[in-house]
Amino acid sequence: MNILNLLNAMPGAVAQGLIWGIMAIGIYITYRILDIADLTVDGSLCTGGAVCIMMMLSGHNVFVSMLAATLAGMATGLVTGVFHTFMGIPAILSGILTQLALYSINLKIMGKSNQAINVDKYDLLVSLRYIKNVVFYKNSILVVAVAIVLLVLVLYWFFGTEYGCGLRATGCNGNMARAQGINTDFAKVVGLMISNGLVGLSGAMLSQYQGFADINMGRGAIVIGLAAVIIGEAVFDRVFHNFGFKLIGVAFGSVLYYVVIQTVIWMGFDPDLLKLLSALVVAVFLAIPYWKQKYFRKPAVKKGGKDDA
Amino acid sequence: MLEIKNVTKVFNPGTVNEKLALDNFSLTLEDGDFVTVIGGNGAGKSTMMNAIAGVWLVDSGQILIDGEDVTKLSEHKRAKFLGRVFQDPMTGTAATMGIEENLALAKRRGHRRTLRQGISRKEREEYRELLKILGLGLEDRLTSKVGLLSGGQRQALTLLMATMRKPKLLLLDEHTAALDPKTAQKVLETTEYIVNRDKLTTLMITHNMKDAIAHGNRLIMLNEGKVILDIRGEEKKKLTVEELLHKFGEASGEEFANDKAILG
Repeated sequence: MNILNLLNAMPGAVAQGLIWGIMAIGIYITYRILDIADLTVDGSLCTGGAVCIMMMLSGHNVFVSMLAATLAGMATGLVTGVFHTFMGIPAILSGILTQLALYSINLKIMGKSNQAINVDKYDLLVSLRYIKNVVFYKNSILVVAVAIVLLVLVLYWFFGTEYGCGLRATGCNGNMARAQGINTDFAKVVGLMISNGLVGLSGAMLSQYQGFADINMGRGAIVIGLAAVIIGEAVFDRVFHNFGFKLIGVAFGSVLYYVVIQTVIWMGFDPDLLKLLSALVVAVFLAIPYWKQKYFRKPAVKKGGKDDA
Repeated sequence: MLEIKNVTKVFNPGTVNEKLALDNFSLTLEDGDFVTVIGGNGAGKSTMMNAIAGVWLVDSGQILIDGEDVTKLSEHKRAKFLGRVFQDPMTGTAATMGIEENLALAKRRGHRRTLRQGISRKEREEYRELLKILGLGLEDRLTSKVGLLSGGQRQALTLLMATMRKPKLLLLDEHTAALDPKTAQKVLETTEYIVNRDKLTTLMITHNMKDAIAHGNRLIMLNEGKVILDIRGEEKKKLTVEELLHKFGEASGEEFANDKAILG
């Protein structure tokens, strides 16, 4: 156990954590703001990656490819939203259906289960290779961090607008939102689209970073995202009250998650068991608010009309 | 102002739980009417409110608000005509949002929600003035999360939200039932003040016969999905609880089986 090995792995863990952080911000929007556990992400992350890689392989510019990946992600959110609102399918099941359908679609986009892209031949925005020994403005950590700041600024602005406030009200209390004339079905669809757009963008960056898109790259993404949201809130909730900083906190949560994972691997933990570990950790953290409520009850902020939302 | 024509609503049709909640129900409200609604459990009071608000669509019949047919309009589209306060204080407000944000949401009822800022600086002053009417000190807590407020404070805030953009019709669904008597009295006084000030057409369900008699210019009693009593004007002013109970017995052929309504 050489500490230098761990330190060497850290920049990579941070970069990867930041990229997943974009996805985690997307999950924050559905899970915390809309109060929906959206399982679409397990599929839409790969959709974003697949679209980005295939676009670049066919000669498109990296930014155009990433925009296309974002739009593809938004389309998957639209599908889940239509399943949920127009067809009346419970949100979780809607996400699972889209995710399953996306497995086929992702295979069709890529033509096979894995598509690699060569960092020497294509002009990538982020890559494993752009972590060390590279001019600072090409450093992937910096690039992704700047992207996150820009995205958070846009989201901060959006959720402060009249429409954004309506969307927050929809997630908080659907009855109230409808009584105030908000089309809650439409708001949910918009929220799912924004969320999955971010997930698609995250997938696009991730596939560039690792140099390939893979049909399994999104497996368990929702759990990683929830872990990031929970860690981010647990660590930064007392510090950050502003909505924008909360989103930054979620991205930090994702970085912490990857730093911990990297450390656990360095300590000799069997990598095959990592997903088991992640699932257990998230399960315990999800249980904590419930246990608190049940065993250490204090007057809490109550939510209204949640079941009908 | 409001016309309900021959509306029927059956819940769970074709099952053992089938319930005829509104039975060929008709009711017309004049402009400026303040109508109190009483009736036992399952009489159809809340069903009537939900039919007007469009929580679900009715099986047959027609509902007109200010001459416009809203029978097929969805809940959020009808919202521009209606101000609503619910029985459960949790229902009318968004707990995780601030007081000013809740008010700002209500201010935009019936308007297109754009990408302009959700609350302008000018509005904040307006909200401060509005909240002073309640006399609860909320004007100094504009950014507090509504989830931190008591039930009474939340109902008062909901009332303000329901009326700040003058509704064609104000629907109050037992909005004081979940409050302690003192708070209930206060919320009711505020209701009376706002309704009189803005001359709002109002439907108020209450479980309390005294309140039903004391407020409004007209009283209706529902039973089994129909209006069985409709008392207005001078006759209503002279009404007593005993008389009301007696009339209920005559009209429905049964005892009024709700202690809370008699004692409350």
